[in-house]
Amino acid sequence: MAPVQRLMPTEIGEELIELTRDICAKELAPRVDEAERRARDNGEFPREVFDILGRAGLLSLPQPEEYGGAGQPYEVYLQVIEEIASVWMSAAVGTSVHSLTAYPILTFGTPQQRTALLPDILDGTRIGAYALSEQGAGSDIGSMTTRATRDTESASESDSESDTGSTSEREGDGGAGGEGYRITGRKAWISHAGHADYYTTFARTADSGGRGLSCFIVPGDAKGLSFGQPERTMGLHADIVREVMYDQVEVSADRRIGAEGQGMAIALAALDAGRLGISAAATGLAQAALNVASAYARERQQFGRAIGEFQGLAFLLADMQAAVSSARATYLYAARLKDAGRPFGAEAAAAKLIATDAAMRVTTDAVQVLGGAGYTSDFPLERYMREAKVTQIFEGTNQIQRLVISRHLLGG
Amino acid sequence: MNIVVCVKYVPDAQSERAFREQDKTVDRDAVDGLLSEVDEYAVEEALKIVEASEGEVTVLTVGPAQAADAIKKALQMGADKGVHVCDDAIHGSDAAATSLVLAEAIKKATDGSPELVLMGMTSTDGVMGVVPAMVAERLGMPQVTFASELTIEGGSLRARRDGDAASDTIEASLPALVSVTDQINEPRYPSFKGIMAAKKKPVEQWTLADLGVDAGAVGIDAAWTKVIDVAKRPPRAQGTIVKDEGDGGTKLAEFLAAGKFL
Ligand SMILES: Cc1cc2nc3c(=O)[nH]c(=O)nc-3n(C[C@H](O)[C@H](O)[C@H](O)COP(=O)(O)OP(=O)(O)OC[C@H]3O[C@@H](n4cnc5c(N)ncnc54)[C@H](O)[C@@H]3O)c2cc1C
Repeated sequence: MAPVQRLMPTEIGEELIELTRDICAKELAPRVDEAERRARDNGEFPREVFDILGRAGLLSLPQPEEYGGAGQPYEVYLQVIEEIASVWMSAAVGTSVHSLTAYPILTFGTPQQRTALLPDILDGTRIGAYALSEQGAGSDIGSMTTRATRDTESASESDSESDTGSTSEREGDGGAGGEGYRITGRKAWISHAGHADYYTTFARTADSGGRGLSCFIVPGDAKGLSFGQPERTMGLHADIVREVMYDQVEVSADRRIGAEGQGMAIALAALDAGRLGISAAATGLAQAALNVASAYARERQQFGRAIGEFQGLAFLLADMQAAVSSARATYLYAARLKDAGRPFGAEAAAAKLIATDAAMRVTTDAVQVLGGAGYTSDFPLERYMREAKVTQIFEGTNQIQRLVISRHLLGG
Repeated sequence: MNIVVCVKYVPDAQSERAFREQDKTVDRDAVDGLLSEVDEYAVEEALKIVEASEGEVTVLTVGPAQAADAIKKALQMGADKGVHVCDDAIHGSDAAATSLVLAEAIKKATDGSPELVLMGMTSTDGVMGVVPAMVAERLGMPQVTFASELTIEGGSLRARRDGDAASDTIEASLPALVSVTDQINEPRYPSFKGIMAAKKKPVEQWTLADLGVDAGAVGIDAAWTKVIDVAKRPPRAQGTIVKDEGDGGTKLAEFLAAGKFL
């Protein structure tokens, strides 16, 4: 199957796609089946994927070079995600989630926080988890109950991090001198939980609903942090998800990102960008399914000819191709808006809606093209179909995307 | 130590390859090419040696304009500079002529005193495996071929060569030429930083005249052998189907015995 035709905005973009294809073919493709099975059966997390991508610089394409990123536009970054997803969906989602965890630091952190935290995150030395959802607060994150309370023993603490001296020296010492917060509560369905080196955690600092949330970076080895059993999920097994429990977890004040009460705005801004990653990943998944289905339709003979020669099936494949093309065009449009510094929230929500619905339909139809063979695990399509489903659910369900789009449209 | 790594740009084995009608040479315009995979091991080994001590890695290729891609890949992996010998007169050269051009280019690149030359054991397209030996001969250097492990100690090197029945460990004095197998290391991938850095690395372009090589000594007309005909291998004949009528095992054994497999 010829690779997807891509119009990259720069030569470096083309070279990154080439590098990605090389790594996907030689490093990721040989690992997928075994790693997905081990994740499903034993809860093993394929950490080496992050090492491979990190070494190549592919974990940090959109972040600025000053902190160790590649300074690439979303137009390039997302096409790399799409390429990864067409070979290994969990690896693409993992890369996107990792970027999501860094987003608050990059966009809302102080210069000191960025310098102290980002380099290790961007080169893949430390990988992140994004701890927002709770059992009782999924779509409605404003109702979360995980709470961060100011340590009362703490001496009166300046709100300005730059006044507290060198932040980097205090990294990881979890609120020395009793200055800071204690977080208590439970997060649910957290990707990378139990394996991440830090948790970008949202918790309540005041009782004022959505306006009472704040964002913290909690080290993975913090005292009082524990994890549930991996959830038994339908697919995307190597994206290990489980509960994260916080029992009086101390966090120093210089690990709060943004102001108290700014948490909701931070979470939503991060998700606007994160949704583009999910859109691109869903597009890659759909492309992979289409590739398998169209190759099969050319080979498989029934009634004395290739099944692809029956118009009933050829048109199904044509619709699948059209869905993939529109998914790709839609996420790239949103990406270009973002790269140009324009508002892109509604377009990102539309991209997530269109690309993930396309992934669901295309993977389902691809199983249909293969008939009984498609329903067996001799082909990857049944896995693709299970993986597609979750893209309609996480980082805002597709109902919530409609909510976002309609609010942009109608206000409110 | 400064190291020269000779690399070849070869047609991508994944794509359909064709020969040019007029002279039966590989049609390089018709296929995508890449850095010969075995040569990646030579580049990696050079990078490891230099990283563990000091020095520079120069990658050298003899090939058409597109062969610049092979140099680019090696520079992206971390080599310091490139030399591309490109001259229309080289087209169709055989192994002997190629080794002449390489040897002269190595001399020029090292001011006449190469310290270590690394090559892949064979190219993935021609698969002759003789060029390393020929280049070593022309340079008057010890040749250590098919190395699966390499250590440099002071003025000499040690290499392990794995045979079917035994492994030898060879010692040679430096300067020397070593060809490596795909067992020697695990070549790294370029990284974003490597790709960016490669853009600023120097690549010299040399012609035969720059090397003082007579155009008549190379190229298709100077080749000692000539390809007169190229034919695709006929598609494989259908296999034999043994129907099991209770005696399947016996029939299978007979089939294998007939082919002298038993
Ligand atoms: C594999 C996986 C990985 C995940 N990873 C993470 C992670 O890393 N970090 C994290 O924080 N979370 C993560 N999640 C959680 C995920 O983001 C939530 O599941 C999602 O936001 C939906 O929340 P919920 O499950 O509580 O569904 P609910 O909010 O209970 O929704 C149930 C149904 O009601 C619909 N609904 C809800 N509100 C409305 C409305 N106003 N209008 C119309 N329909 C509505 C929804 O669309 C849905 O169909 C993950 C989930 C999965 C499955």
